[in-house]
Amino acid sequence: MDLEDQSLIQRMAEEFGSDVVVVLGQPDADSAEITAETVHNGDPTWAGPLAGVSLGLPVYHILEDEIKRQVDPDTYEREVGLMEITLERELILAGLNRVRNAE
Amino acid sequence: MDLKGKKTIALGERDGIPGTSIAECLKSAGADVVLTLTQCYV
Repeated sequence: MDLEDQSLIQRMAEEFGSDVVVVLGQPDADSAEITAETVHNGDPTWAGPLAGVSLGLPVYHILEDEIKRQVDPDTYEREVGLMEITLERELILAGLNRVRNAE
Repeated sequence: MDLKGKKTIALGERDGIPGTSIAECLKSAGADVVLTLTQCYV
């Protein structure tokens, strides 16, 4: 993840504490897993400001039912609809679950 | 997890779902979006 983005996320976590929830839009399992790992356990590449920093933020993906069911259906269709069809949802969520289940 | 009133970070990706689209969805669910980012890997 971009080093500047890591800094911004760290700042938000410091400001709002662990009440902050991260919702991802990554297109594949690997990028979802690495991004979730970064904001939850710390930067796995040890390159950015989150290296060794475990923010512990809860992470979800916009394709997850738990998120989708709370979003206005028209908005979801307009903003996510096309990508929902093309992305491999189950694989992406499996990547996310690898981070969750590692705890 | 109830999104209503929740502080959220919309962390999208250009080749997937952009942060702005995620943010629109989260706002419609009553969440408070505090940061919107779209990663880009070229």
